[in-house]
Amino acid sequence: MKQFWKSMLRSPSGVIGLIILMLAIWVAAFGPLLFPNSPWRMVQRPFLPPFTLSTVPLGTDALGRDVFAGMIFGARVSLLVGLVSTLVALVVGVPIGAMAGYFGGKVDDALMRFTEFFQTIPSFALAIVLVAILQPSIYSIVASIAVVSWPPVARLVRGEVLSLRTREYVQAAVVTGQSNSWIILREILPNALSPVIVLASLMVATAILLESSLSFLGLGDPNLISWGYMVGAGRTVIRQAWWITVFPGVAILISVLGLNLIGEGLNDALNPRLSRKGR
Amino acid sequence: MLSFVAQRVVKGVIVLLAIVVLNFFLIRLAPGDPAIVMAGEAGASDQVFVRQLREKFGLDKPLPEQLFIYVKGIATLDLGFSFRQQAPVAKLIAERLPATLLLTLTAFAISLVLGVLFGTFAARFAGTMLDTGITIFALIFYAMPIFWVALMGILLFSVTVDWLPSFGYETVGANLTGPAHVVDVARHLVMPAMTLGLFFMATYTRMTRASMLEVKRLDFVKTARAKGLSDSVIQRRHVLRNALLPVVTLAGVHAGTLIGGAVITETVFAWPGIGRLMYDALLQRDYNLLLGVFVTCSVMVLIFNLITDLIYRLVDPRIEFAA
Repeated sequence: MKQFWKSMLRSPSGVIGLIILMLAIWVAAFGPLLFPNSPWRMVQRPFLPPFTLSTVPLGTDALGRDVFAGMIFGARVSLLVGLVSTLVALVVGVPIGAMAGYFGGKVDDALMRFTEFFQTIPSFALAIVLVAILQPSIYSIVASIAVVSWPPVARLVRGEVLSLRTREYVQAAVVTGQSNSWIILREILPNALSPVIVLASLMVATAILLESSLSFLGLGDPNLISWGYMVGAGRTVIRQAWWITVFPGVAILISVLGLNLIGEGLNDALNPRLSRKGR
Repeated sequence: MLSFVAQRVVKGVIVLLAIVVLNFFLIRLAPGDPAIVMAGEAGASDQVFVRQLREKFGLDKPLPEQLFIYVKGIATLDLGFSFRQQAPVAKLIAERLPATLLLTLTAFAISLVLGVLFGTFAARFAGTMLDTGITIFALIFYAMPIFWVALMGILLFSVTVDWLPSFGYETVGANLTGPAHVVDVARHLVMPAMTLGLFFMATYTRMTRASMLEVKRLDFVKTARAKGLSDSVIQRRHVLRNALLPVVTLAGVHAGTLIGGAVITETVFAWPGIGRLMYDALLQRDYNLLLGVFVTCSVMVLIFNLITDLIYRLVDPRIEFAA
């Protein structure tokens, strides 16, 4: 563990990513307590430009709502949706991949065809259709992002399990008569964890992008403010008020960038063999 | 080669069938009885009309039979009727398809050419300022949501400096013909295609760079160098050719994402393709049309995957056609 933090902190991208993520989590957790302005309430005249009033630092939107407050409250939705949908995707993808890799043969064939099927369907189009049909809510958004993002997890875990299954310590566990589930859970999966963690960090970033795109199209949870929704709402008035679209977009950019950097740092720290540095 | 193509086509048809079945059940998941939804869309909901609709669309028949009718309809390119637009779904999609193909293929070409170019440069000058610069640019474009890039493009190139049109496929009411029309469409295409292309360009840049650095270390590159081949020949013929394999794979995987991106791009730029059609269907809760576009997107991805599979085998002759 100590070794892990050491190499993580040695990679500059990992450090920058961690700082950005911690900042984003801090804003999501405590921001609404420190800046309790409701993002839905009209606080000033509409189209107030940014940096004119210290109480509304980033200006107001077409309805006079505080853009800064929206960004603070939006952080919660973005991070939460990103994390939860990734977790759900892992809960679906890891067992499927593990079973396919461990049992092989027909089980593997069936599970992998199933996975490939989901990989062929255009993911964003499926997410749109699912949210539209299930009606937009935070649950349908999380569910549809999870539905479109589990296949790579299953494929990755399958590959890892496939190579670990033939190792001697796993064979030893088989010989001593351990049950299949015990072997998968206790012997194989812990050793397949590092690439899954790297993938998961990148998946959170993709999930945030997906959520923002859905909200941008008007498929966000109508009761929650999110960055994508703000950009979507500001889009029609972009000629008069650039700040309504620019600031929430920057927030998305920075969070996604941070998570991608963490993914890169984790990759360097956990898979030194696959380090990107050429030489 | 032929048997390989046949095999792939059969596999594609099976996947397509599965998608159609999924689609059938998704329609039934939609809120409300389909007949009542349709009646509502048509602007009337009295009992007689609902019953007529039920009979017309076979909704009074058992589920397996309904599924059979639905699959048969799609096999004959009948995707149902859009009450909102008062036209068959297949006709609406066919009208919009060329614009989407123009947009996605242009964006794909831009992203692939620029991505491989930048990735090659970054790998060639690994560790220098140029490499760092390209890597940072790729990272940033990779983290930007497409809709936001589109809006920033409009803000920069249409609002701040009035260089490019911000919406549409051609200048409305200009009625241009011949070369003037081509130039007009091209001017409208620049921003949507660049927007859609930049995200994928970033991906290909990163992939090409990583893959080239990996291949560069392999023994056959040393052999080539020992043979006395010039550096540019080694880079082009030995390193790049092998490094392109994972990029081609990635391009195939990205077909679906590209189409998803087209939905966003077309929405922002009012580009008259099937992505925009999907957005309109979404706003009007026109489920028939929405799912028709969804099936069309899936077919496009299947065809695209088949093509990348073929290209993959052309780039790498080691892979046998009879898999």
